[in-house]
Amino acid sequence: MAKRKAYSQLCKAIEAGHFVFTGELEPKKILDLSEIIHSAKEMKKTKRIVAANVTDGPQGDAYMSSLVPSFKVQEEAGIEAVWQVTVRDRNRVALFGDVISGAILGLKNILTLTGDHTALGDHKKGRPVYDIDSTQFCEMLSIMIDEGTDYEGNELIGGKIEMNFGCVANPNSNPREPEILKVGRKVGRGVDFIQTQTAFDIDDAKDFLKDLEQYNVPVLLGLFPLKSHGIAWYFDNYIPGVSVPKDLLKALKKAEKDNKGNKPGKYAAIDKINIEFFKPFIAEIKKTTKAAGIHCMAVEYERLFAPLLGEYPEYVK
Amino acid sequence: MIITQLKDINEIYEMVKSYNKILIAGCDGCCQPPRSINEAKVLGQLLELKARTEGKELIWKAITVLRQCDDRIAATTVRPYIDDYEAIVSLACGLGVVMLNKVLPSKLTFPAQNSMFGGVQNSGENNFIEYCEECGDCIIGETGGLCPRAGCAKHLSNGPCGGMVDGMCEVGGYTIPCAWVRIWERLKEFNRLDLFKKYRPPRDFRTSTSPGYLVINKEYTNEEEKNEVEN
Repeated sequence: MAKRKAYSQLCKAIEAGHFVFTGELEPKKILDLSEIIHSAKEMKKTKRIVAANVTDGPQGDAYMSSLVPSFKVQEEAGIEAVWQVTVRDRNRVALFGDVISGAILGLKNILTLTGDHTALGDHKKGRPVYDIDSTQFCEMLSIMIDEGTDYEGNELIGGKIEMNFGCVANPNSNPREPEILKVGRKVGRGVDFIQTQTAFDIDDAKDFLKDLEQYNVPVLLGLFPLKSHGIAWYFDNYIPGVSVPKDLLKALKKAEKDNKGNKPGKYAAIDKINIEFFKPFIAEIKKTTKAAGIHCMAVEYERLFAPLLGEYPEYVK
Repeated sequence: MIITQLKDINEIYEMVKSYNKILIAGCDGCCQPPRSINEAKVLGQLLELKARTEGKELIWKAITVLRQCDDRIAATTVRPYIDDYEAIVSLACGLGVVMLNKVLPSKLTFPAQNSMFGGVQNSGENNFIEYCEECGDCIIGETGGLCPRAGCAKHLSNGPCGGMVDGMCEVGGYTIPCAWVRIWERLKEFNRLDLFKKYRPPRDFRTSTSPGYLVINKEYTNEEEKNEVEN
């Protein structure tokens, strides 16, 4: 499949050969976006995070739809959004409608996802949609971008949409072969980039990146700095396929216990653990793999950006 | 076979408590676990006890039908009884309940069961499983004889999804095997990963849109048929 033009800042930065970083924002059950916008502004300030993912009902929970916060982040924080869209809640008709709506709002990146099942979320009785799957959604986007039509070939009046889109891959998947083959199907449908689920095991991550090299698509490896022991524990227990190293869990618990009642001390201790774990991790990935960058899911953990990313060159205007 | 589960006795009683005489019809068809004459009798006894606790007397009769989903069998078996009873409770799947309401329209028939799915009985494993969801567009020729539509909680045509952990599905607390991993294992065993790698386009949901409708006993002839006017 011919390589698609880079429409987004993210894809342009990858094309220019920068080792890119993306961040993550999670609009939840909120009416006020000020914290999200604040986080996005902090990302922008780093000059190293080129785009911010905006999640779409993670864990199957009923949260604010990702469309509007993606737009607001671009407008108010000046950082490009990676608009996450799952196929869990919308059929092909609604997906088409949302994508062209996103296009006229100026969104440039879509991350296609299947979406955690409603049975995992806070509306367990709901009917999940899954009319098309995420691979088919990739094909739909290719058609909209490259052909300028809907899925059935009806012309999109006003021309083609100018967007890039990516898919996800899971470095924790076991068995791995069906995961790699599935990513191959998505690559065949024209994805521009891959962002992965979070990795904690460096050797596993390197193997996984090696397996993906055959597809010749830029990959951003997902990392999840752990803001607290509680988050780490939740991640370890509730996020499908993710296991946080036991040493890391223990160290975080100890840091919180040792600094009870001492907030600055606690923050410093936790930051130190994260920096010691993730800084060499990122350096190793950059040095030894063909990864295009890191998807740094430091949700509401902006103070880690500077120490973690500070040594990489600034490339975001 | 249609896999069913008995409704809560209170729910069944609520449906029929305004009647004094009810007919309870079991079904000897494919409905599993079996809901035949003995189950109809037990249901009658339970409803009678429930009625007594409310100070009411309930008269009931239990019968069974060879297959409630067959209009002729259902009508001829149940019709002789209905004049003596005010309402009918069916122990068939939903098909039987609808059929009794259709062929015996002078009485209301109430469901005693929830119809769960079309499935198989694995006696050795002591379970019933949905292996087919009757989608009208069978693709199991490409998936090693395993259906990803019935077998996958997300009905994916191009799985597995990221919710697969150690070969198990995120839905159901990682106790049910991921259909797509099983498909991959089976196709790998036969050196047919070409089928696994194949991209499958979106489903045509027209084949499974309710109500399903198929004409049977269509007439055929070798005589030349008159062409219908096109368009």
